[in-house]
Amino acid sequence: MKLPLSWLNDYLKLEGVDVKEYCDAMTLSGSKVEGWAYEGSETEGVVFGRILTKTRHTNSDHMWITTVDIGSGEPVQIVTGAQNIEVGQLVPVATNGAKLPGGVTIKSGKLRGEVSNGMLCSHYELGFEDGVIPGSDPNGILIFQRDYPLGADVMKALGEKETVVEFEITPNRPDCLSVIGLARETAATFNVPFAVPPVEVKALAGGDVNSIAKVTVEAPDLCPRYACRLVKDIKIAPSPDWMQKRLKAAGVRPISNIVDITNYVMLEYGQPMHAFDLDFLEGHEIIVRRAKNGEEIITLDGQSHVLDDSMLMICDGKKPVCVAGVMGGANSEIKDDTKAVLFECANFLRGSVRATARKLGLRTESSSRYEKGLDPNMVVKAINRACQLVEELGAGKVVGGMIDVDNTDHSKVVIPFRPDWIRSFIGADIDDAFMLDALKRLDMEVDGEKMTVTPPTYRMDIEGEADVAEEVARLYGYDRIPSTLMSGQATSGGLTKAQTLRAKVKNTLVGQGYYEIMTYSFTSPRTLDMINAGDDLRGCIRILNPLGEDTSVMRTTPVTGMLEVLARNYNHKNKNARLFELATVYIAKELPLTRLPKEKEIITLGGYGDMDFYDIKGAVEELFDVMGVTNVAFDAAEPNPIYHPGKSADIYINKKKVGTVGEVHPDVCGNYGVGEAFLAEIDLEYVLKCSGNDTVYKPLSRYPAVTRDLAMLVDDAVKAADIDGVIRRAAGNLLEDMELFDVYKGSQIPEGKKSVAYSVTFRADKTLKEEEVNKIWNKVLRSLEHNLGAALR
Amino acid sequence: MKEQLEKIRQAAEEALNAVENGEALEAVRVKFLGKKGELTAVLRGMGNLSPQERPVIGQLANEARAYIEGKIEEKKAAVAAREREAKLKNEVIDVTIPGRRKATGRLHPLNQVLDEITAIFTGMGFSVAEGPDIETDYYNFEALNIPADHPARDTQDTFYINDNIILRTQTSPVQIRVMEQTKPPIRMIAPGRVFRSDAVDATHSPVFHQIEGLVIDKGITMADLKGTLEAVVKGLYGPDAKIRLRPHHFPFTEPSAEVDVSCFACGGKGCGMCKGEGWIEILGAGMVHPKVLRVGGIDPEEYSGFAFGLGLERIAMFKYGIDDLRLFFENDLRFLKQF
Repeated sequence: MKLPLSWLNDYLKLEGVDVKEYCDAMTLSGSKVEGWAYEGSETEGVVFGRILTKTRHTNSDHMWITTVDIGSGEPVQIVTGAQNIEVGQLVPVATNGAKLPGGVTIKSGKLRGEVSNGMLCSHYELGFEDGVIPGSDPNGILIFQRDYPLGADVMKALGEKETVVEFEITPNRPDCLSVIGLARETAATFNVPFAVPPVEVKALAGGDVNSIAKVTVEAPDLCPRYACRLVKDIKIAPSPDWMQKRLKAAGVRPISNIVDITNYVMLEYGQPMHAFDLDFLEGHEIIVRRAKNGEEIITLDGQSHVLDDSMLMICDGKKPVCVAGVMGGANSEIKDDTKAVLFECANFLRGSVRATARKLGLRTESSSRYEKGLDPNMVVKAINRACQLVEELGAGKVVGGMIDVDNTDHSKVVIPFRPDWIRSFIGADIDDAFMLDALKRLDMEVDGEKMTVTPPTYRMDIEGEADVAEEVARLYGYDRIPSTLMSGQATSGGLTKAQTLRAKVKNTLVGQGYYEIMTYSFTSPRTLDMINAGDDLRGCIRILNPLGEDTSVMRTTPVTGMLEVLARNYNHKNKNARLFELATVYIAKELPLTRLPKEKEIITLGGYGDMDFYDIKGAVEELFDVMGVTNVAFDAAEPNPIYHPGKSADIYINKKKVGTVGEVHPDVCGNYGVGEAFLAEIDLEYVLKCSGNDTVYKPLSRYPAVTRDLAMLVDDAVKAADIDGVIRRAAGNLLEDMELFDVYKGSQIPEGKKSVAYSVTFRADKTLKEEEVNKIWNKVLRSLEHNLGAALR
Repeated sequence: MKEQLEKIRQAAEEALNAVENGEALEAVRVKFLGKKGELTAVLRGMGNLSPQERPVIGQLANEARAYIEGKIEEKKAAVAAREREAKLKNEVIDVTIPGRRKATGRLHPLNQVLDEITAIFTGMGFSVAEGPDIETDYYNFEALNIPADHPARDTQDTFYINDNIILRTQTSPVQIRVMEQTKPPIRMIAPGRVFRSDAVDATHSPVFHQIEGLVIDKGITMADLKGTLEAVVKGLYGPDAKIRLRPHHFPFTEPSAEVDVSCFACGGKGCGMCKGEGWIEILGAGMVHPKVLRVGGIDPEEYSGFAFGLGLERIAMFKYGIDDLRLFFENDLRFLKQF
C-alpha cells in the first residue's frame, strides 16, 4: 500500500515529525514500512528566493543582474532576461546543479561577462501549464503570491513532490489497505485527534434510484450487502489535477473522472467499487446470483471466461455483467458517451471471491481486498463519498435515494478482557488507564466498568482477549516490554538417543573423509529411467502442482540425487569426491495416497576418483564398527540395475537386508556422464536400532598371544567369507583374531586359482603351549583342505 | 714413585682435555689404564717397594686410578652428548613440506549452523522434535488457525499431493503434534525441511529449512519470549547483539512479532548489509494463540506459551556471507570444503 503522506492531512494534523521518525514509529506500532521516496516531478534543486537588488547588465540593454536571497546566508548573483521582476519579489530559483523537466541541468556560468549562479524560472520552465500556479505570467518569471520559507524546495512546497511511504500490510488488516485506515493507525500511534470529514450528497437530480433500477440478491450467503446509487447527465472528462496527482502517487493510473472516482474511493476507504453504464443493463436490473455452469463472460481485460455455479456473478435481466468482486464485464463498461452510471458498492464473502479469482486466474486490486474480508458497513460510506466526489468534480448529477440490500448480521461483538490477565500475559506493568486509552484510540467502544470492548466492524481480526492484548501491547510498544527469563518447571531437554546416534553416524562418515550434501526431496520421474529403476522404486508420490516436471515426484531412492551431485562435481573437474547424505525417501503405503506415507532416512554414500569397491565398503564397515553394530554380513547383491552385477554387495544386519554397496552400473554411469562411481545405501533406522550401547569392558589379557600365518591356493570361486567361516569353526574359542593380508593371482599361480594368505591369532586365559596351538592349527588346515579344497603353500 | 704417580695423573688429565671423540678417549684409556698402560706399569713396579711403603703407594696408585677413571667417565658422557648433538644437527628435515593428512570431510554448512543453534537451545533445556515432510492440511493449516479461505494461505504457495495431503510449508505443524503427545511444560525446537512453490533463484528455493520453537508452561509471558530470544541471539552473534520486536501477524500467534537482530556487520549503525537500517530481520515469533492451544488439547486458561520460527538458510547466508541460496543444494565440493 502506497501512501502519499500529504493525503493524511485530510484527517489529522501531524507536526514536527520527519519521514524517518514517521516510518520508524509506524513500523513499531505494527504498520510495517517497506520504504519511502519522493515521487512526482522530475524537477530538483529549485528553491524559493527573494530578489534583493536589480541592476542593468552593462553589456546588454535587456538583461538584469540580480542578487537573490535563497536562505543560505550569502546572496547569490543571477543574470536574467526577464522583464517582470521587481526587488522584494519571491521567485523560483534553479540553483547550480538543479534539474528541470526535459533533462535540463542548470550550471553556474558567465552571461556576457557577468557571473550567474543559477536561473530565475518561469512556470513553463518548471513544467506547469498556464494558470495552474497563482502568480504565473506567460511573459516572465513566476512571482509567488504568498510567502514560502527562503531556500525551501519549490516543488515540494507546491505539492508537486510527494513523500510516498510504502507499507507492507499483513493479511489480517485489510482496513489498513486504505488512506483512512492508515490515517487512523497514524493517529493512534502518535496520539493525535483523527476525524473523517463529513460526507454530504446534494442529489441535485432529485428522484429516487429505487424507482429507476432494481437489485435482487439471490445469493445472500455470498453477498451480505449490495448498495447502488445512480448518477445522471454524466460528463466523462479527465479528473482534476489534484485527484490525478494523488492517484499517481498511490500507484494508480488516472483514466477518466468516473473511473478515477471509484479508484480514489477504493484507495481512501479500502472499498472496491464498480460503475455500470445503466443503459447497458437489461431491464435496468441487477441480479446477484451464482453463475450457471457453462455461462460465459468477457471481462474488461478482453478475456473470455467460462463460469461455473460456485462463482458469484452480478447480472442484469439477461446476462452476467461482472464477476463479483473480481472484474467487470466488457459489456457494461463506462465509455466516453456514457449518460448514466449505476455505482455498485458491495460486500462479498471473502472465501467466495478468493476461490473465483483463483479459478479464473484473475487477481485484481479488488479481489485481493475482498479476499481479506471487508466491513459491510463501509459500503454506504464509500458509495456516498463517490457521489460527493461526482458532485465536486461536476461529473454528473446524483439521483436521490440509495438501493441497499443488507443481509448483514449487525449484532454487536462484545469482548470481555481482564487487565490483570493482559499484564501477566505480556509480562509488562501496563496500567488500566493506558489500556483503556489505547483501545479508544483504536476506535473501539470501551466499557471501563465491565471491562469489555466492542471493536469497530472493520476490525474483524479482533475476536478474543489475546487480540485485545496485542492491540494494547503494540501501542504500549514492544520495545518497552522487559526481557525476562522463563520461570516454571525446569526441563532437561537435550537430544534423544536416536538423535545422538544419528549425529554419530554423520561424524563417523565425516571422519572418514566424506562430505555431507543436501539434495531436493523431489525429482523428475525421468531420473528413475536414468538409473534403470525397477518397479519397486516406481511407486512415486506425485505433486499435483509441481514447479516443473523435474521436481514433480517425491523421491523413492536417494541414489538419483547423489548421482546428480557426483555428476555435477565430475563435470566441474573436482578430481575426487566422497559424499554422503542422510536422505529421506517417501514410500507410499498405497497410491493414490489416502494417508501419510512412510518417510525413511537412508544413509547414502557416493564417490568417484581415488577409490574402489573396497574403499566404500570399508567406510561402511568402519561405520558399523563405530556404531557398535555387530552381526553384519555382505553378500553378492541380488540383481539390481543400479549396480555393477559383479561388484556389488547387499548388506545384512542380523540376516536382514538393510542396504547395498557397490560400483555403479556402467550404463547408469553413462547416463549421468561420470566415469566409475560407487554408492552405498543403508537404512538408517536399522543402524540406529542395532547400534550397541551396552558396551562392557573386557579385561586385558595378561597372557601372550600366538600368531600363525598361512597361505593357500583355492579356486577362484571360493569367497573370503567361506574361508573365514571355516577357520572360525575349526579354531574354536581360542581364536582371537584373523586377518586376510594377501590375495594374489598371476605368475606361478595356476589358471582358475588364487593364493590367499591369513594371519591368525590365538589367545587363552593361560600361556598357550606349542603343542596346544599345533593341535588347533592342524585342525584348521585339515578343515580348509577338506571343505574348500585348499592346497597349502 | 709418588711423584711418578702425580705425573701420570697430570698427563692423563691433559690428554683427556684434548680428547674430542670416542676413539681418542679409548686411546687415552688404553694409554693410562690399559694392560700395558702407564699406571699399570707403576703398579707392577710396586713389588720392589718396602713393606712399609707398599700400602702407602698402593693407596696413592688406587686413588690416581679412580681419579683417572672418573675423569674418563665424565669425558665419555660429554663426548656422547656432543656426538648426539652433532648427529641430531645432521638430521634436519624440511618442516615446511605439507604433512601427510587423513582427509576428513565436513558436515553441510546448513547442518553446521543447525548444530550450533541446536546446542544453544538444548543448553536452555529444549528438546528436539521432528515431524513429517509430507503433512496433512489439518496440521499444516487448519490446526494452526488457518482455515480454508484464509488469505495467509496465499502467501505460502503450497505443493499439493491431494486436497488433504501437502508438502508442509512450515515447521509449525510440529507444534500441534508435540502438544498432542506431550503434557506441559514443553520446551522444544523442531528443525526441518519445508516446501513452497517458489521458482529457484538466488534468494528462493522450493526446498528450504526452518527451525520451529515452542514453549508452553504456566505463566509464560511475552517478556519471557523476548528474554529467550535475546539469549539465543547473543549465543549466535555474541554478547553485544540486540533484538527488536515489531508487531506483525501470524494466524497461530497473538500477539505476533517479527524479530530483528542488530546488524552483525555494523552493530546497528547502518551499512550495506542491513541496507542502512541497522537491523536485520531473522525470525517470526509470538504468544501461542489460545485457539491453537485448545486444538493441541491444552487449556489456555491454565497455560500460556510462545512460539517462534527462523529460516536456517537465511542465518547461514548471513553468517558465511553467501549470496546465492542455490549453492546449498548444488553441493559443489569447492563450496562444501570451505566450511
